[in-house]
Amino acid sequence: MTAAPQSSTSKQRLSVIIDFLSKWGTIITIFVLLAFFSIAMPAFRTPSNMVTIMRSISIVTVIATGITVSLTVDGFDLSVGSVATFTVALVMSFFVWYGWGTVPAIIVSLLIALSVALVNSFLIVKLHIFDLLATLATMFIFEGVAMTYTGGGSISQGMPRLDGTPTTGAIPSGFRLIGQSPYIILIMLVIVMLVHVFLTYTKHGRYLYIVGGNREAARLSGIPVNRYRTLAYFLSTLLAGLGGIMLAARIGSAQINAGAGYLMPAVAAAFIGFSVAGVKKPNAIGTLVGAILVGLLENGLIMMSVPYYSLNIIKGLVLAIALAITYYKKHD
Amino acid sequence: MESKHRLEMKGISIEFPGVKALDNVDFTVKSGEIHALVGANGAGKSTLMKILGGAYDHYTGAIYFDGEKANIRHPRDAKELGIDVVYQEVDTALIPYLTVAENIMLDKMANEMKRKHFIRWGNIHRSAREVMKRVGIELDTHTLVQDLSLAEKQVVLIARALATNTNFLVLDEPTAPLSQTETEELFRLMRDLAQNQNVGVVFISHRLPEIFEVCETITILRDGQVVFDATIEQITQQKLVELMLGRRFEETYPKIHVPIGDVILEVKGLNEESGRVRDVNFTVRAGEIVGMTGLVGAGKTELCKTLFGAYPVKSGEALLHGKPLTMKSPHSAVKQGLALVPEERRKEGILVDEPVYVNLTLPSLDKFTKGPDFVNTRAEKSIARQVIKELGIVTPSEEQKVAYLSGGNQQKVAVGKWLIADAEIYIFDEPTKGVDVGAKRDIFELIGQLAKQGKGVIYASSEIPEILDISDRVYVMYDYTIVKEFETSEATEESILFYSAGGQ
Repeated sequence: MTAAPQSSTSKQRLSVIIDFLSKWGTIITIFVLLAFFSIAMPAFRTPSNMVTIMRSISIVTVIATGITVSLTVDGFDLSVGSVATFTVALVMSFFVWYGWGTVPAIIVSLLIALSVALVNSFLIVKLHIFDLLATLATMFIFEGVAMTYTGGGSISQGMPRLDGTPTTGAIPSGFRLIGQSPYIILIMLVIVMLVHVFLTYTKHGRYLYIVGGNREAARLSGIPVNRYRTLAYFLSTLLAGLGGIMLAARIGSAQINAGAGYLMPAVAAAFIGFSVAGVKKPNAIGTLVGAILVGLLENGLIMMSVPYYSLNIIKGLVLAIALAITYYKKHD
Repeated sequence: MESKHRLEMKGISIEFPGVKALDNVDFTVKSGEIHALVGANGAGKSTLMKILGGAYDHYTGAIYFDGEKANIRHPRDAKELGIDVVYQEVDTALIPYLTVAENIMLDKMANEMKRKHFIRWGNIHRSAREVMKRVGIELDTHTLVQDLSLAEKQVVLIARALATNTNFLVLDEPTAPLSQTETEELFRLMRDLAQNQNVGVVFISHRLPEIFEVCETITILRDGQVVFDATIEQITQQKLVELMLGRRFEETYPKIHVPIGDVILEVKGLNEESGRVRDVNFTVRAGEIVGMTGLVGAGKTELCKTLFGAYPVKSGEALLHGKPLTMKSPHSAVKQGLALVPEERRKEGILVDEPVYVNLTLPSLDKFTKGPDFVNTRAEKSIARQVIKELGIVTPSEEQKVAYLSGGNQQKVAVGKWLIADAEIYIFDEPTKGVDVGAKRDIFELIGQLAKQGKGVIYASSEIPEILDISDRVYVMYDYTIVKEFETSEATEESILFYSAGGQ
């Protein structure tokens, strides 16, 4: 008889600890990693390396906020990587093939990229395909569209088109600035803040979460559920497109599947973001924190000469842990 | 001819947290008879049959099979004695993407394969066809179950039961979703099983004409006890209804009488896309509480949802203040001044993971915005505090998650959100389900207040005493349509139940 209450209090203590860790584990891990890498490698803690880390996560973060918005309606946008690739191809073609200026090239690229959202929301909302599977399909479709459009995937300044036509357009220097720090970091921070304000302080953000929380209750409360699910996919595509613009500015050319590599870390960042500070919902700030954690890990490990081909093991593990923290408590 | 079997349940009692579901129940069924098991909602019919099917193991009392004690504590025990129960939700028992043959032979495949690992498809289909021949149905055994109609699925389940040796077959409200001809077909099958194949059939139904048509013996349960047990000739429809109800000791609620105004809602010839609402006509006047009653499955929820735009309309119209009501989505319903408090509270009415204030302002968030759609949380919280006070919602604050509230208080939140929205027509679907007496009183009072303000109220419930307490007029539904209209002052519990059960 005496053993039972004791074990129940120790169980309670355990659940308090788990609770604390799931809230603050990400932040604690970031500080532990910072301390560890700083002690292990003096070069790590230099201000310039900190800036490097922030610069390296900016594209991931912006794409991850796109995933975050799709997660708010209990959806999942896997096509963000392809959207980024597609946008890179579009914007580069406008510069190199057609010699457009920065502003029209960016605007038109984003508008065309939104066709992905159109297809996604049609498949998901109208045809009732599971979000994950529908966007898996569009991920492949638009990867192929980008390849086909560019004729193999790459466009760079001075490179002739596939049919041999010489190109004369140049990438404007103003556009290249977008890809350099501090601008790229500032753009990221502004986007994170905008998404945060939108999700937290507007009616529409509230509705997105409600639709994700209980679609039927939302519908019966008079919320136009399908309109908001569509909105979520348009926003996730737009944000992924912005990530593509930043990527294009950063590398200054279109490369085969340039955006694909950003999908996995972006998914990880968005899921790590769930639990940060106990929000337990997809949220923009959490996503930024998640991206910082992933970026920090990547940077530190590279500096410790872990081969790049082994990094995915670590990144995959981080994603698994983030998912475990998100889903573990739900099954009680 | 096989020998006659006799299955006896003696002194069966079972308790669930807070309720004694069955109290010393005796029930006997014999081979070759069709035995009706009747009772009001919650009388314990399904519970009794679940015990027979081995779904519970914590009951007291004993079960005898041919005079020998049978210890049924697990579905396997029941199966071994040849007792099969076809539960109400046929879809949960079938595997949709397997064929008819595989579904019929499922028990055999699961239990009698032993150490064989390869399936002989020819055998499966041949055996399935043999079983189907026994029950006299024709279906291609290669059809996938997901492509079958509800009636066909039910037959497949019966065939599955018969694939193994069956002595007793329990059918729990099998006719509720069936059409007239499908029901006739089922009865033919039941008679065939009883007369020619020596099966004892237990038939649970709320529909009186059916019971009198097909059954030979009848047991009536009320509040977990047997109140009648004899052959069908010894009872009339009227008497049966009286026995089902018995005398009640429930509290009554004083109705607030308010002057009733003009017709504000008029529904004409309403049909739902898949026939879940058929040719429904009714009116609601200002200040009037209209009761919409009928048994579970009579189509009340479907009517509420169709009117609210949540189910597709096939034909018919509704006029709100003389203007046609657009019934295309809940979104447009809310815009036009309708409010629905749905039956499935946790699934449809509230968001358990959101705080009270978010739930309360949800349908009317437009009233709490400033600038370009920014939410004015302060205004939200202040109105939420007001509603919490008015409705007496027990919560530490407006920021508490609704998940932590009691059922009654959750329901008040589900109702409260429509008070802020200020609708014209309030539709309540079983608003007192799972709600304690105190909260029930509060909800009744609130509905009375709405009527006093000149709103139109539709109150759908299968709890007839409640309908009698609160409504001005009652519509009785049966089989997805309205079969009777009463002035509440002229209605009695017996008369309502009579029409609810399809009496004519």
